[in-house]
Amino acid sequence: MLKKMRSLIIPGVDKQLLVKDAVKLMPDLSRRRFIASGASFGALTLLTGCNVSDSVSAESLLTQISKFNDMVQAKIFNPNVMAPTYSEKDIRRPFPFNGFYSEDEAPEIDGKEWKLEVSGLVDNNRSWTLEELYKLPEVSQITRHICVEGWSAIGSWQGTPLRDFLKLIGADTQAKWVHFRCAEDYASSLDMPTALHAQTQMTFKFDNQILPRAYGYPMKIRVPTKLGFKNPKYVTSLEVTNDYKGGYWEDQGYNDFSGS
Amino acid sequence: MSSISIDDAQNASATSKAIQPVWVRVLHWINAVAMVIMIMSGWQIYNASPLFDFVFPRSITLGGWLGGGIMWHLAGMWLLVINGLLYVLLGIVTGRFRRRLLPISTSGVIGDTRAALTGKLSHADLSTYNQVQRLLYIGILIVGVVIVLSGLAIWKPVQFQYLTAIFGGYDTARYVHFVMMASIVGFLVIHVALALIVPKSLRAMIIGR
Repeated sequence: MLKKMRSLIIPGVDKQLLVKDAVKLMPDLSRRRFIASGASFGALTLLTGCNVSDSVSAESLLTQISKFNDMVQAKIFNPNVMAPTYSEKDIRRPFPFNGFYSEDEAPEIDGKEWKLEVSGLVDNNRSWTLEELYKLPEVSQITRHICVEGWSAIGSWQGTPLRDFLKLIGADTQAKWVHFRCAEDYASSLDMPTALHAQTQMTFKFDNQILPRAYGYPMKIRVPTKLGFKNPKYVTSLEVTNDYKGGYWEDQGYNDFSGS
Repeated sequence: MSSISIDDAQNASATSKAIQPVWVRVLHWINAVAMVIMIMSGWQIYNASPLFDFVFPRSITLGGWLGGGIMWHLAGMWLLVINGLLYVLLGIVTGRFRRRLLPISTSGVIGDTRAALTGKLSHADLSTYNQVQRLLYIGILIVGVVIVLSGLAIWKPVQFQYLTAIFGGYDTARYVHFVMMASIVGFLVIHVALALIVPKSLRAMIIGR
């Protein structure tokens, strides 16, 4: 039967190319299967008497609970609580590079060409040059960056509070999200209460130096009340919106709120 | 011979309800499932950024990748916390903790440990815990509280920063969380081994008597 089908599909087609194309279409299994390998193993199966491996219903249940956790975390989030701040001597040097690519693959951006696009529910959606953004009032923070993986590092960031910029462009702060897109096809959605948090920053400098390429030149969004992956780098556009537009990691299953 | 039958009669009257009441059995097995989920998904999360010079084999982790592990861990969290709170509440309200876990004394623990090691500790009466059991069960209750608190400390180090500070900061709280996990795994090994050695206890935890 299988042989028959294969001969129907394959005649005259390069098998290897076909497989290559098929693999491209498939989701990355190691990432998308929440239940994979481990779950079918031993104890869980024995205890529950059912095999949850590859179960679509288990996966959708987990997604539902993750959304419930988003809601709970939004309730826990207190906009008046500041992330702990640290002193100069606590700064990790060199601060670790992290991304879904290696450091030499990080985007190289020409600051003179670069523009921050502004769109969505704002009064003024003109784009901003780096020179203009550098003129905004600067604040500094030394806070802990906590990665979803569990490691953390203390860094020093300078820039302008995002909430001041949102006011400047006449953003509808009743909107639900500020969605960021980045030069390396990264994206992330920030809920409005977090976007308006006093420590959430449009960051242009690290350790009082112009943001190095490794840390997101020319602009990253520093959010000390969130896990690291909610701190987009190489930002190219900002959109104020009521539609949830997900993000690079959020779409793959990381909890969207991921508040610390 | 006669003493055995008297014992049996006493057991029957004293525990005519059951050695392990229904609520204990139900919460116990829910907890067993929750523990396995928390431990295996926790290992998955640990592997993303190991604290020590080893990782857990993929075959005994849950979730397939870090994001999946976190999903399982934070979902299992609700099961564990709701189940745990009910257990502690009922344990106090019904007086079970007081009856089963107290009194406990140093000399009693030493005596029963010696008896256990020399094979002289009796398991005839399952309705009374010996001093070693009491110590272990009290200990694991405390470990349970600490692992939940240290878990909250690393989940919300900004919102619950005072809790995180109590554990000595974010990094230390991770180690505390790990050590508590290791304690629970250690407890589980002993607990399961003893349940297999004294099969009556497993039976009691399933059918009640």
